[in-house]
Amino acid sequence: MMDALEQRPDTTNDATTGITRRRFVGYLVAAPTLLAAADLFPKLAWASVPTVQIPTDGYDLTDLLTHAAMPTSHLITVGVNSDGSVSFSLPRAEVGQGITTAIAMIIADEMGVPLEKVRISLSDARPELHWNQLTGGSNTIHSMYTPVRVAAAIARGQLVDAAAEALGVPAGDLQMTENGVAGPNGVEVSLAELSQLGAVTSTKAVEPTLKAAAQQKLVGTPQKRVDGRAIVTGKKVFAMDLNVPNALPTMICRPPTINGRAVSVRNLAQVKALPGITDVAIIAHSQYVPGGVAVRGRTFGHCIHAITVLDVEWAPGTVDDKSDEDVLADLKAAELPMEPAPPGDVIDQTFTFHFRPGDPLETNSAVADVRSDHAEVWSCLKSPIWFQETLATNLGLPIPSVVVHVTEGGGSFGRHLFADAAFEAAEVSRVLGKPVKLMWHRTDNFRQGRVHPMATSHVRIVHSGGNVLTYDQRHTSVATDFRHGLGELFAAKFAELPQINRGIFAQGVFLLTANVPYDFGAVSQLIDEIYDPDTFNTSSVRNIYSPDVCAARELMIDRVAKAMAKDPLQFRREFLRDDRLVAVLDAVAKAGKWGRAMTAGTAQGIAVHREYKGAAACLVEIDCRPATVGRRVPQGYTGPRVTKAVFAVDVGLPINPLGLQAQMMGGIMDAIAQALTYSLHLKDGSFLEGSWDDAYYTRQWNTPPSVQVIVMPPTGTEPGGAGELGVAASMAAVACAYARATGKVPTSFPINHDLPLTFDPMPTVPPIPDSPTDGLQKAF
Amino acid sequence: MPTYTFLLNGKKVSVACEADVRLLWVIRDLLGVHGPKYGCGIGVCQACTSHINGKAVNLCSVPVSQIRPTDQVVTIEGLGATVGKELHPMQQAWLDNDVAQCGYCQPGQIMTAVAKVKQARAEGRAISDADLDTIRNVCRCGTYARIREAIKAGAAKMP
Repeated sequence: MMDALEQRPDTTNDATTGITRRRFVGYLVAAPTLLAAADLFPKLAWASVPTVQIPTDGYDLTDLLTHAAMPTSHLITVGVNSDGSVSFSLPRAEVGQGITTAIAMIIADEMGVPLEKVRISLSDARPELHWNQLTGGSNTIHSMYTPVRVAAAIARGQLVDAAAEALGVPAGDLQMTENGVAGPNGVEVSLAELSQLGAVTSTKAVEPTLKAAAQQKLVGTPQKRVDGRAIVTGKKVFAMDLNVPNALPTMICRPPTINGRAVSVRNLAQVKALPGITDVAIIAHSQYVPGGVAVRGRTFGHCIHAITVLDVEWAPGTVDDKSDEDVLADLKAAELPMEPAPPGDVIDQTFTFHFRPGDPLETNSAVADVRSDHAEVWSCLKSPIWFQETLATNLGLPIPSVVVHVTEGGGSFGRHLFADAAFEAAEVSRVLGKPVKLMWHRTDNFRQGRVHPMATSHVRIVHSGGNVLTYDQRHTSVATDFRHGLGELFAAKFAELPQINRGIFAQGVFLLTANVPYDFGAVSQLIDEIYDPDTFNTSSVRNIYSPDVCAARELMIDRVAKAMAKDPLQFRREFLRDDRLVAVLDAVAKAGKWGRAMTAGTAQGIAVHREYKGAAACLVEIDCRPATVGRRVPQGYTGPRVTKAVFAVDVGLPINPLGLQAQMMGGIMDAIAQALTYSLHLKDGSFLEGSWDDAYYTRQWNTPPSVQVIVMPPTGTEPGGAGELGVAASMAAVACAYARATGKVPTSFPINHDLPLTFDPMPTVPPIPDSPTDGLQKAF
Repeated sequence: MPTYTFLLNGKKVSVACEADVRLLWVIRDLLGVHGPKYGCGIGVCQACTSHINGKAVNLCSVPVSQIRPTDQVVTIEGLGATVGKELHPMQQAWLDNDVAQCGYCQPGQIMTAVAKVKQARAEGRAISDADLDTIRNVCRCGTYARIREAIKAGAAKMP
């Protein structure tokens, strides 16, 4: 299925290539065992940061996040431990994207130690890191690659120096081995011994030499996940698997409409008396806490049952008067005007992208123990500093009295940029005066959780004489909530101002991500957002604006190609102004046999996208024939099937091709869902979908039987982002293929959204269903 | 409160519990075995899939009172032991194909895979693409393509 990386030329800066080798600085840190850190701050001379250019040919969101992380790189350390292991506490959240594996590879490679010896853990919230503990923008590997290598290189240098002193031989005669450092006569000093021998009593600056590409043995090779065995044996620990004393299961009975509020509980005594229930309390809605009525009990089963019994008086929410069509009308009214059109042929179309869930499979969850003088919280958090500082402020506690542990997440897709469960768990614990293990029900996750905001994208192309004269795109979206700022309190407080959330964050993210990589005349892409960010519960969802912006763009590329009587591939090859995009486009065209004869009702689609310092292309084949669309799966939705997906990705320098392919594969599945089946219907202030059998994320019956991901050989010396890169080009390719198979350009996504509902919406009172009792009858 | 007894991963366990509490919560919250995951609580996502007497079952949809003392409940933690090994061939196939991303759904996926292969065999055939299309387990990371490959590889090595 997957092509392995075939070759990896040496592209590292080197004197022999004529490129000046970068100088790096770091520290050996005073500690009982060997500890090393990088210092990237001197590199951040303000004059060296390029002026922001539009479109994003140069400085982009990836650069912004990496530069924001640089000043605190010296606080992140690689350590050698007395048990002979190497440890690194990663100030990012592992949510499935494979960063623990990639970082372990980078460290092992630079140090010359076996991969198995490197232990990666996730850092607690560390406020001194400021902007360097935000997991977002697919930025982890881009921002961590150099600091981690510098720290690891310093550690390696110190291991060798300490061994040289211990053995009484020149450092140049030593080499790293499986277990430590060996001298010319084979005598070895172990890592365990060197952890003490290499420790320093006062911190000192070091200028390490990083390995050249040819010396790297792991970077660029396919490596399996470091947590694979824990996963397949059920040992990987998620927040709800923690054993915190007396943190009993807790759930919230939530309002029938989005952001509604609990006023009173009519049967409080009855619910409190239910077997196994220890506590029932109203939890007030706030900016941070969704709230409702909390129930705490012996098991989550007791909580679910109690919620179905609760009789609550609810006050309205923030959008009780709104349904899909109202939001769409508001979006239309808010669209920014186009530039005046020059003379020429005009192609003009508006595309609608409906609300869609941002749900990972692990629902929002957190453990909290809040006391009068101290708080401790465990949750999967991508902005843990922001959470810690905000919670401390809300509780009136000093920041060090609020300890925040980052757990590994069962997916995120942007959801964990916010800390809804963590704030809520802390509030319930505060109100009850007891530790709680709080988990959202799936139905709550869909209906009250954060979603990808509804948006429209209006594209107008004017062409004449075989040239595109103008490309105008006006993206209009329900507000995307950016009130986590850059992951700490200062920027977050700034982002809380609605005009800043919309005017600075939304505009900034859009301008730093949207692009038109074609040689067109005048290009203009603008965004406007409607409503304050607390109207709907939204967040950046995997790849934020780009899947929609790119799908609209590429559909219009196919239209203008058709108007010019050019093949979609040929048009793109002629007009792309980016060699890396041409290369990935050619790769998928070749591997996917672009242009092969297809049966009526089936077709190929092809699209490209550039983001996160990477280039991506996708070719899909889709089957829209009635027999396929009409497949029946009990309680499932079928529709057209993507039968083949071929994806090519160039991230500059791939660290772990196997993990990179996994991320692209996941992006393809998201893209198929978003283009064809996966959305939320807003009706009178609540979303109708409440289950995975209503919200149709890709399932096996809609998985392409053939998926091929081609990792391009390195085109640079630094790794770009991967986690979100797979979505945009794939969604566009699926949309383009659908248009070619059916002869009808889709303008509303997912394409099934405007069809009659294919499920019976669950009631909103009670807000969650009780569990079925027919499990044994359904055994297979 | 009644007491329920059954075999969990080969060991006899007893737990005092109300009759209608679903097995998922008995196993996770009362017995502290965390391999089966919660993903929906209504038998849709299949993240809690485990085996009862060798058949795949959603633990979220089984009241503990329906379980008999002789019933053998096997979670992902006990799967290897059913073939006398540390890892079941399906778990090994999962590792060989580097299937997992976040890993949250994978215990359920593996338990479903083993049951699907056995089901096909009981019907006298090898597992097919059509069988794979009937698998309902949600993987929100979208590892479906690798899941399909791993099931075929694991099936080839299952006793």
